[in-house]
Amino acid sequence: MHKYVIKRLIMLIPVVIGVSFLVFFIMSLAPGDTARTILGEDAPMEAIEALNEELGLNDPLLIRYGRYMWDLAHGDLGTSYKSGRSVFSEVMSRFPDTLKLAFWGMIFAVVLSIPIGIISATKQYSLMDSVSMVLALLGVATPNFWLGLMLIIGFSLHLRWFPSGGSEGWKSLVLPVITLGTGCMANITRTTRSSMLEVIRQDYIRTAKAKGVGNRSVIYKHALKNALIPVVTVIGLQFGSLLGGAVLTETVFSWPGVGTYLVNSIKAKDTPAVLGCVIIFSICFSIVNLCVDILYAYIDPRIKSKYK
Amino acid sequence: MENKRAKKRSMAVEVWQRLVKNKMAMLGLAILVLLALCAIFADVIADYETKVVAQNIANRLKGPSAEHWFGTDEFGRDIFARMVHGSRVSLVVGLISVSVSLVAGGTLGAFAGFYGGGVDNVIMRVMDIFLAVPSILLAITIVAALGPNLVNVMLAIGISGTPGFARIVRAAVMSVKDQEFVEASRAIGASNATIIFREIIPNCLAPIIVQSTLSVASAILSTASLSFIGLGVQPPDPEWGAMLSSGRNFLRDAVHLTLFPGLAIVVTILALNLLGDGLRDALDPRLKQ
Repeated sequence: MHKYVIKRLIMLIPVVIGVSFLVFFIMSLAPGDTARTILGEDAPMEAIEALNEELGLNDPLLIRYGRYMWDLAHGDLGTSYKSGRSVFSEVMSRFPDTLKLAFWGMIFAVVLSIPIGIISATKQYSLMDSVSMVLALLGVATPNFWLGLMLIIGFSLHLRWFPSGGSEGWKSLVLPVITLGTGCMANITRTTRSSMLEVIRQDYIRTAKAKGVGNRSVIYKHALKNALIPVVTVIGLQFGSLLGGAVLTETVFSWPGVGTYLVNSIKAKDTPAVLGCVIIFSICFSIVNLCVDILYAYIDPRIKSKYK
Repeated sequence: MENKRAKKRSMAVEVWQRLVKNKMAMLGLAILVLLALCAIFADVIADYETKVVAQNIANRLKGPSAEHWFGTDEFGRDIFARMVHGSRVSLVVGLISVSVSLVAGGTLGAFAGFYGGGVDNVIMRVMDIFLAVPSILLAITIVAALGPNLVNVMLAIGISGTPGFARIVRAAVMSVKDQEFVEASRAIGASNATIIFREIIPNCLAPIIVQSTLSVASAILSTASLSFIGLGVQPPDPEWGAMLSSGRNFLRDAVHLTLFPGLAIVVTILALNLLGDGLRDALDPRLKQ
């Protein structure tokens, strides 16, 4: 098992290098002169040239990338053009807020979706099944930023139950978490239902029932464990959309996380900040995917036995 | 040749007959046809210059009425007219960006699946790197670098959808490349390109069609998301996400500014998902069981 974890950890290195190169390359395509962006349109040509030289922007792409990666390995993501502060410290000071939102969004989605998916599958074609599937379809189709705006109108402006922005206290967390988690919840519900439906038709479930095992035990001990693999896959994949969704949700609720910082940096054409945010998000996503793969091995003994 | 044509037709008819039986898929298709008609005849329904972009401050923030079905926005422009023209943007961006993903991802996936070995390894590892960046973030990065306009939005969404298509086409190609009809084609001296594009791809169409339908939905959602954060369609051009973004400032007094464009996005994505699910069942009835 350790071998498997170590192998997967080593495989993370080329992914991080590849992702950082991809994002670095895309950002290098940005038209315009970076030094002119920093110094302003009226800056003299000599000052612009000097700053370009100082920032190493006249060097070839691969040299700049090599330098960036060397700095990244030392926890340095460059300096923000806008604030003049370290991008790493700017991102890291906001990261706990984004992580808090993503964590509770995922908890909200998982805690609600798995029981609903199980009930829908075990009571297929019942009213409960139909209602939950219609809601899941709507959940998948609803853009989270629009849902956020509707929740603000209903629960902040009219009922005044929750604040419409900020990150003070648990109340400010409720609407952003629902906004962020609803799409994931809908996807996980649909996957849990279809996976459970497939499993409860298997021969070993029939055998368990024939042996006289109770219904609850059949569902939770025999069926759920086997139905979980695709559900875990979807949860892992949903984490990516959760990070993407966090950018929009944070914008709607003025949440002081990395998403809001990213959007503001894009508007300010602050390339190092944009680069830093996307690389941190991507590394985070890769680590979650790694955790999902390791989790497979714990859920499915067949995978575990391969690496003993 | 005659026989081949008849067989192709009967397959399409068979799929259509199965699709027609699925009421939800038909509902989705009906909504999409209506939307497509709105997009095609947008200029007939509402004049672009006078109703969509021309400002009329005297009419600002009016609620829904017989004259303005969905009310007016902060510049006094008719929201219904802007939504009708917005449907054109959404559908065009959806279709073109999915075409970009389909051509790029489909070709890469087909080559990876067909040749296997080193080619497969190189293509799919590059695709894995693209997949390691959440797709909306990749699109945001591309538009942030290239600049916010419609062409860059289509390109960004197209590129971010490419790895998904590459994976699906690769899997489909691998499942049919060793079948007898491919061997037969090789035996009569067909080139690799002919085998891939004339023999293998037509036999992998089912998953590609389903993925395309569902991808149009996510492309429309991504377009709206990019416009919402100011990276998509620029004012005064109408786009549903951009309309939502400008309506944010009037949540308390003019809910209709955000309600109707949002509903348009929900209904369109719902329709595409219903049709996509229906097509999946119709193209491969085994899945439904």
